Amino acid sequence: MGNMIAIFKKQVKETWKNKTIFIQFIMFPILTVIMNHVIQIEGMPKNFFVNLFATMYICMTPLISITAIIAEEKEKNTLRVLMMSNVKPYEYLLGVGGYIWFVCMMGAAVFCIVGEYQSKETVIFLIIMTIGILASLLIGAAIGTCSKTQMMATSITVPVMMIFSFLPMLSLFNSTISKIARFIYSEQVSIMINQLENLHICFADILIIVINMLIAFSFFVIAYKKCGLS
Amino acid sequence: MIDYTIIVKDMSHEFSKKRVLNRVTFQVEQGEIFGLLGPSGAGKTTLIKILTGQLHQNSGYSQLLGTDTNCLGAKEYKQIGMMIDNFGLYERLSVYSNLAFYADIYHVSKSKISDILKSIGLYDAKNIAVLKLSKGMKNRLSLARAFMNDVKILFLDEPTSGLDPVTTREIHDILIEQKKKGITIFLTTHNMFEAESLCDHVALLNQGNIIEFGKPADICRKYNHLNRLQIMLKNGANVELENSSKAAISIKEYLEQDMIETIHSTEPTLESVFIELTGRGLNEYGKYDCYI
Repeated sequence: MGNMIAIFKKQVKETWKNKTIFIQFIMFPILTVIMNHVIQIEGMPKNFFVNLFATMYICMTPLISITAIIAEEKEKNTLRVLMMSNVKPYEYLLGVGGYIWFVCMMGAAVFCIVGEYQSKETVIFLIIMTIGILASLLIGAAIGTCSKTQMMATSITVPVMMIFSFLPMLSLFNSTISKIARFIYSEQVSIMINQLENLHICFADILIIVINMLIAFSFFVIAYKKCGLS
Repeated sequence: MIDYTIIVKDMSHEFSKKRVLNRVTFQVEQGEIFGLLGPSGAGKTTLIKILTGQLHQNSGYSQLLGTDTNCLGAKEYKQIGMMIDNFGLYERLSVYSNLAFYADIYHVSKSKISDILKSIGLYDAKNIAVLKLSKGMKNRLSLARAFMNDVKILFLDEPTSGLDPVTTREIHDILIEQKKKGITIFLTTHNMFEAESLCDHVALLNQGNIIEFGKPADICRKYNHLNRLQIMLKNGANVELENSSKAAISIKEYLEQDMIETIHSTEPTLESVFIELTGRGLNEYGKYDCYI
């Protein structure tokens, strides 16, 4: 627990100094605030930009952040030093993952304010965000673990991130894509966010998210066994 | 009875069927500075990785602080300090923040940080981001991190590689200071002067084989085939005498006439010994570079 907190605190200290990660954390909340005020077209669904950018935020920010952090630590040997300092891999991952979740929740709070959610909606929204962030963190951790350098991590992350974040948006325009996207956690999360006022969750939706997370976790385990953290 | 911090017996290791360590055997006494000398690719880093439990050897036995290196745990890791290649520092954080982070990880008081920074001459730079430090300062900070824990053994992988002579000397002084405290230091280097001036014992590693082991002076004496004295006279002439009692009369005469500028024995350096044994220098690359 002590090591986890130390890693969490170190990440918080680095937040302002690591501009690549910092931009990821603030980009979508700021875009939402701006777009929500600037573009108001008649007939546009309520909270269109909040829903759109919240889904993108869930799929992009945690995935890029955890991948970049792990890959950088591997490339610069700091992770090896940590492992040699008797930090357990799970302590490291929980410290970094907990930090990303915490900062993303602050971003999620901005979405809640812009979307003018009631308290019940806010709680449900934050739970949906947490589920989505967790799935993205697992995928990101798998990519970060199997990447030796930041360059390699970026080249894997970008296509993966684009698939997960753009499919929900594209499924709005194409029924075939919509049918495929249904089996991806980001689409399920997007549907839930869009139905926030009148949320109806069926067992199949939950099962899809759980299966997605299990697959991501399996990938992480394979990556960890093959490459290790240090 | 001698206390050994490290015992290595018949250790071999292979990468992709290429043997990088071949039946390596040596011991490191408690509280000594031990130097592992060899060119790049000789297997030095692989050996450190095995000794610190990062790699498991294919065969043989190795023991660190009384524990099999394949079974190192929290208790042993608390007693190991490491300064590895590429520093392993958080470059965006300040010097102080780096050490404060490791103080949290090692569960030691942050009050130690100022004393450690003063002892390695980085106190004035404590608020500077590591990114802005010179290579020598980063090396010293890596050492400082290793000192955060109350370690019994320090592993240093080429601690002065690429540093200027002044910084190298400063780091040597720090290491000697640590040795006086009873800390065992295991360093790898391809700098023969470093090995000769610092180490109590050295092992010469070539293509995975220990080709010589002992005190630097003993090794040099062993390969002193010429066994002569070279005298440079004040008039510029060079005189070479056999290093035996017969030379005493000549030297006495030169001394009485105040003619001697310098006297040197013809002992080889460790590098000369290495070249004699392997046919190549310590700064040359080994044939297994791509695997290590």
